[in-house]
Amino acid sequence: MALLELRDLTVTYRTEGGPVPAVRGVNLTVDTGQTLGLAGESGCGKSTIAASILRLLPTSAKVTGEILIDGDDVLKMSWGKLRAVRWAGASIIFQGAMHSLNPVQKISKQIAEPILLHSPDTTPTQASKRVAELLGQVGLPVSRADSYPHELSGGQKQRVMIAMALACRPNLIIADEPTTALDVMIQAQVLDLISALVRDHGIGLIMISHDLSVLADTCDRLAVMYAGKIVEEGPAHQVFTDARHPYAEALAWAFPVIGDPRTRLSPRGLPGDPPDPADVPSGCSFHNRCAVAEDQCSTRDMELWPAGERRLAACVRVLEAAEGESGRPFVANEEKATGEGVLG
Amino acid sequence: MTTATSVIGGRQIAWDRRRRALAAFWRRYRKDRSGMIGLVILVVMILVALAAPLLASSRGLNPGLATYPANAGPALRYPLGTDSDGRSVLTELIWGSRISLLIGFAATFLSMVIGAIIGIVAGHFGTLRNWFGPQTDNVLMRITDWFLVIPFLPLAIVLARTLGPSLHVIIFVIGITSWPGTARIIRAQALAVETRPYLERSRALGAGHWHQMSKHVLPNVMPLLLANTILTVAGTILSETTLSFLGLGDPTRASWGEMLNAAFNSGVGTGNALWLVAPGVAIILVVMAFTLVGHTLEAALNPKLRER
Amino acid sequence: MSSAMLDGALAAAQELREEEAGAANGGTGLGLVRLLSVKVVSALITLFFVIVFNFFLFRVLPADPARNLVRGSTLTASQMAVINRTFGVGLPLPRQFWNYLAQTFQGHLGISFQFHIPVASVIGAALWPTILLVGSSTVLSTIIGVWIGIRAGWDRGSTFDRTSTAICNTLYAMPDFWLGMVLLIVFASKWAIFPAGGMHSFGGGSTGFASVSDLLWHLTLPAVVLTLVYLAEYSLVMRSSLIDELGSDYLLTARAKGLRDAMVRRRHAVPNALLPSITLIMLNLGFVISGAITTETVFSWPGLGLASYNALNYPDYPVLEGAFLLFSAAVIAANLVADLLLTVFDPRVRQA
Repeated sequence: MALLELRDLTVTYRTEGGPVPAVRGVNLTVDTGQTLGLAGESGCGKSTIAASILRLLPTSAKVTGEILIDGDDVLKMSWGKLRAVRWAGASIIFQGAMHSLNPVQKISKQIAEPILLHSPDTTPTQASKRVAELLGQVGLPVSRADSYPHELSGGQKQRVMIAMALACRPNLIIADEPTTALDVMIQAQVLDLISALVRDHGIGLIMISHDLSVLADTCDRLAVMYAGKIVEEGPAHQVFTDARHPYAEALAWAFPVIGDPRTRLSPRGLPGDPPDPADVPSGCSFHNRCAVAEDQCSTRDMELWPAGERRLAACVRVLEAAEGESGRPFVANEEKATGEGVLG
Repeated sequence: MTTATSVIGGRQIAWDRRRRALAAFWRRYRKDRSGMIGLVILVVMILVALAAPLLASSRGLNPGLATYPANAGPALRYPLGTDSDGRSVLTELIWGSRISLLIGFAATFLSMVIGAIIGIVAGHFGTLRNWFGPQTDNVLMRITDWFLVIPFLPLAIVLARTLGPSLHVIIFVIGITSWPGTARIIRAQALAVETRPYLERSRALGAGHWHQMSKHVLPNVMPLLLANTILTVAGTILSETTLSFLGLGDPTRASWGEMLNAAFNSGVGTGNALWLVAPGVAIILVVMAFTLVGHTLEAALNPKLRER
Repeated sequence: MSSAMLDGALAAAQELREEEAGAANGGTGLGLVRLLSVKVVSALITLFFVIVFNFFLFRVLPADPARNLVRGSTLTASQMAVINRTFGVGLPLPRQFWNYLAQTFQGHLGISFQFHIPVASVIGAALWPTILLVGSSTVLSTIIGVWIGIRAGWDRGSTFDRTSTAICNTLYAMPDFWLGMVLLIVFASKWAIFPAGGMHSFGGGSTGFASVSDLLWHLTLPAVVLTLVYLAEYSLVMRSSLIDELGSDYLLTARAKGLRDAMVRRRHAVPNALLPSITLIMLNLGFVISGAITTETVFSWPGLGLASYNALNYPDYPVLEGAFLLFSAAVIAANLVADLLLTVFDPRVRQA
């Protein structure tokens, strides 16, 4: 049984201008000890997915589908069971730890809070010991335990968030843009820390970011989202270096590889903007920005088709390649073989 | 020879933009029901005040000419009863609206002018990089803070008593005690405006302080100033009421506060209760109307402020 | 170097500085004491300026200060001479000011015109009733007002919120003395449940329980008026502070931890919302004073407010002067207390 399973998850926001679908039928699986990266630009729905897992969306959001944590559907849980699952079953590291910590409470109290909540028999001494242990795991000196959030730097605050997320020994951690607000050096440290902790404790991790290169390094599997849907999924390194879906490819190529001549020679970036969730193009939602779009792309509904071993992509060209080339070993795109850029 | 035919002047563009912004603002304002109710009440009150001579003869205010029985309950000719001099309460109420609103507006105007000047000057000079600028800001803010700390009523009492009872004194006293709140808010907004690029550009082009403050800072704090002014009127009307009630007002010009003063002095609980209740209700309505309109103004202007 | 890279470099430098600063500092005790003393000194300076202002208003402004001082009294020529000497009329201004300062600091606030006793005595006698009235009303209105504000802000848009906000807005728009007079008519005139004024009944129980209950009986109506008036402001301020906090990220974190709604509110939202509330209430403390003055007048409550009203109408300038000084000092002191509270309870302020 998978640790986390999202089945046909759909989230629609009720707004003044009508219902806005932020997530449109997403299926994802995370097993224990596995890391899944969820990539995409702003507005594609990834943060909505993160919040929906523990039912933290505002009341204006309508959620359908199933969210199974260890087989139990979160959406059907009673409030009591939900509160018990929150933090103890799965915890979240929010983006922008700047404001995710209570400004007028010491961090030791904030880290201890979920511990005391979920294990009410814990004595204050035990709680302090655990807080010190957690701070040690994230590389913060115990002397900082009595600090207030504003006394810490951005990197330190993020470490506190990580320590807090580990407090109740959850099986699953959802990290929503954990390093976006940090600068590069600190970013590397925090990512290493997360990877190490996940490895040591055998935790399942979903990491959400718009930075594909970061995810490719840190995660086992990678899923790319566009306009509320998953457009490609597979082993992280493969998706990054050899994407099947044009959007995933464009996203990957947006992060230059130093020393790779192809990067220097081929143009990067996509024309246009990600679509407004309230007004998504028909058929394949990417077709209006795609360089290799065909006629059927604007009319045919896309699904995730197999694009290799344990790989999926929602592009007709993948489907055609899989259908047409039976027997032939799976080869990378023709265009790449000839040396021209995919976007050329 | 060329003729400047279809060149649209810059001024025209600016006015078009302003008109469109105004239309958009009005649309936002209209959405708020409480704001519309407040606006209606205000308009009615102001119309009543302006149309007072048409609604009730001013002779009804003269106690010597009063023919109605004193302290009477409501009757056809005096729907709200009469006061201890036999004057119709309704007549007094209608004419009183003039005084109350006049004092409210005049005192607010005074307070707004002082507050805006101090706020803009402090905010503008506060961002300068020499020594003199921030010091000016500092001094002005200390004075403002001092005024803020001093309790209003004792100060007003002391000033009014020393200067004597008259309409002008009341306006003056309320005006010079109400400006600190406005000054602080305007200063905060001026500081925000000062950081905008076009201020820096105008400085680079050699614009003097006066030009910068009047042509750039002032128009941009205007909307906030307007909203704040409306809210201040609510406060000044209450202040005038209190001062009149305590006996510091001009007894010959019967504002609503004066009516309450007279009612109090002739003995609470004796006579016509409406003499007491009516002015109070009128004050509540007017103050609430100004408050609702002021808050709705702020909210409707907010998108602009947020764009900061 | 692009501006984005520059920002990045600056941010990195900032991070480093913060790391160092964070390591070195932790809200030291010495820093706190220094901060507090600065605030106390600042309050004293403000008070000094009030005294100067008083002097300016009463001794410098009027054309003939002595005449002003004795207006309405009948005094013999020798008594006038004494007054003139005491108040230093005819002496150069700086000398007058020095005398005035010395007298004020010794508590010689002048002689009341109306009662011919020292102003200090008049004020002293009136102090306790005002403290009783204002004190009890403030305590009640704070407790009730904060509770209403929290409930209204948290369940924003609910029936409770809309009703309580409408009521509070109406109370806030109401002249407090008018409310007092209306209550007098209803509860003391029409239905004689409460006394029509004063603090004690004639000949009514002068000792023990009877005396206390008589006092409370007289205290009820004016206290109700003041409580309602203060409560309106406190609840509106608390409500708006809480609403400001509602969108904060740390509340989402608290919910994600599995806390119940009420816990999130009590442990996280309210402590943060209380801090700006203290500041906002601080700015309006003069409101408390004016409420006291008008309410005491309506109910003939023999406190400082009624004394001011009587002094105002006589006119008894020395008492007015003394009352103004005392009221200002009270508000300055209250502001200082609120400021100190903020310094103690908001860790971010301490750092500054």
